[in-house]
Amino acid sequence: MKFIIITYISALITLTLFLSQDKALEESIKRGADIYSDFCVTCHLPNGKGVEKTFPPLAKSDYLLKNREESIRGIKFGQQGEIVVNGITYNNTMPAMGLDDEEIADVMNYILNSWGNKGKDFVTPEEVSKIQKK
Amino acid sequence: MKNSISFLVLVLLGLNLSCAQQGENEVSTPDKITFTPQLIIDDLPIAWGMAFLPDGSILITEKSGDLIRFKDGNKSIINNSPTIYNRGQGGLLDIAIDPDYKNNGWIYISYSSEEGEDKGGNTAIMRAKLNGNSLTNNEVLYKASPNSTKGQHFGSRIEFDNDGYLYFSIGDRGDRDVNPQDITKDGGKVYRINRDGSIPSDNPFVNSEGAKTAIYSYGHRNPQGMVKNPYTGDIWTNEHGPQGGDEINIVGKGKNYGWPVITYGINYSGTPITDQTKKKGMEDPLHYWVPSIAPSGMTFVTSDKYPSWKGSLLIGSLKFQYLERLELKNNKVVYREKLMPDLGRIRDVKQAPDGFIYVSVEGKGIYKLVPKI
Repeated sequence: MKFIIITYISALITLTLFLSQDKALEESIKRGADIYSDFCVTCHLPNGKGVEKTFPPLAKSDYLLKNREESIRGIKFGQQGEIVVNGITYNNTMPAMGLDDEEIADVMNYILNSWGNKGKDFVTPEEVSKIQKK
Repeated sequence: MKNSISFLVLVLLGLNLSCAQQGENEVSTPDKITFTPQLIIDDLPIAWGMAFLPDGSILITEKSGDLIRFKDGNKSIINNSPTIYNRGQGGLLDIAIDPDYKNNGWIYISYSSEEGEDKGGNTAIMRAKLNGNSLTNNEVLYKASPNSTKGQHFGSRIEFDNDGYLYFSIGDRGDRDVNPQDITKDGGKVYRINRDGSIPSDNPFVNSEGAKTAIYSYGHRNPQGMVKNPYTGDIWTNEHGPQGGDEINIVGKGKNYGWPVITYGINYSGTPITDQTKKKGMEDPLHYWVPSIAPSGMTFVTSDKYPSWKGSLLIGSLKFQYLERLELKNNKVVYREKLMPDLGRIRDVKQAPDGFIYVSVEGKGIYKLVPKI
């Protein structure tokens, strides 16, 4: 009986945590959508497909999904030089947008969960704050 | 039968007419390239503006905040440059020297600034003098308000007309339904001030209740190109449209250029902004681009270094990454040509006092266009 109660309670706690994290992610994605339409959309476009050979796609981008840290660093400090995205080489400049850590986490959560992308873990402002300039 | 033939002719004629602007927008590739782009200053991420000093040095504004002087092959950082609000499209923007620089030494800079009470930033214009490796006598001539944390549309180019008035542009700051059509608000305007920051007494809205009296024209989206037409003395601007609808305009006193009431563009999401491209009391552009090229700096070619280009307008494309040459006839674009393809996003282009054309390419640096002999 004791075992059942413990199991029940821990399941309840896990579920609550899970749901609240889900809710937090949802809110973060929502804020991220606003950031995206303010800072990113002119180049990467509303569908996240970018412009071939000029502005790399974010939608189903192998670079983005495989290089989480590098992607956050790019948004935080700007990015320049050659990268290969879905087999196509891009050599361009993206300036740092002056976003704070929470805004960067929000926009990462948005792009990692849009256009068919499915991010593994929730990006938090703490994770962003730990990423340093190279 | 006769009727149906004339109907067919009319339909075909109509089709031709409706395609006219489409035709204008087809950019040609020249048969022969008459110049070599020579990279004279390298390693500049985003050289936003350039100014050429009488001693042959070049002042360069780097968007992220550095003011750089290039002299005798070396770059040095100029101290005491304005503190910028680094956000989105903001940063250290344009730079220009006074028409009477040799006598007064004034340098003008546009930048995004956090000055003021509210959170965020807005475009400011500063003048200062260069003393050794430092700016001195810094004076803020104009600071738009209120501040905003939006990342878009700070403008901003600086230019002077033949009477010595200073013109600058500020974009709509991402608030298109609030700013551009309201002359009591900053943003979405071209401004005209005296070079000491005072307001000319004959500015168009000096007697309008509550107006920002520095405004010269309004209804702009985001002008990032501005140049005096050396043949007429008029101030020409180019501005970014939304998706489609980039424009060239000749700025007229008190005139309304229509954003966002009339435009040839649509929202980035593909939805319409308005179905109107014309309206009484609003100016038609001299030229528009669909699709957008994302025009930035522009210059007129007047020098003898490029004989076949004389009188042309050069405009950088950020989006398609080339330099566009436009031939004009009676203030109409009659030919467009694509130069310097695939080098990178072109941010600024200027004909320098030495007669050569200099082009700033993002991620590369500054190129000098050397004519082939």
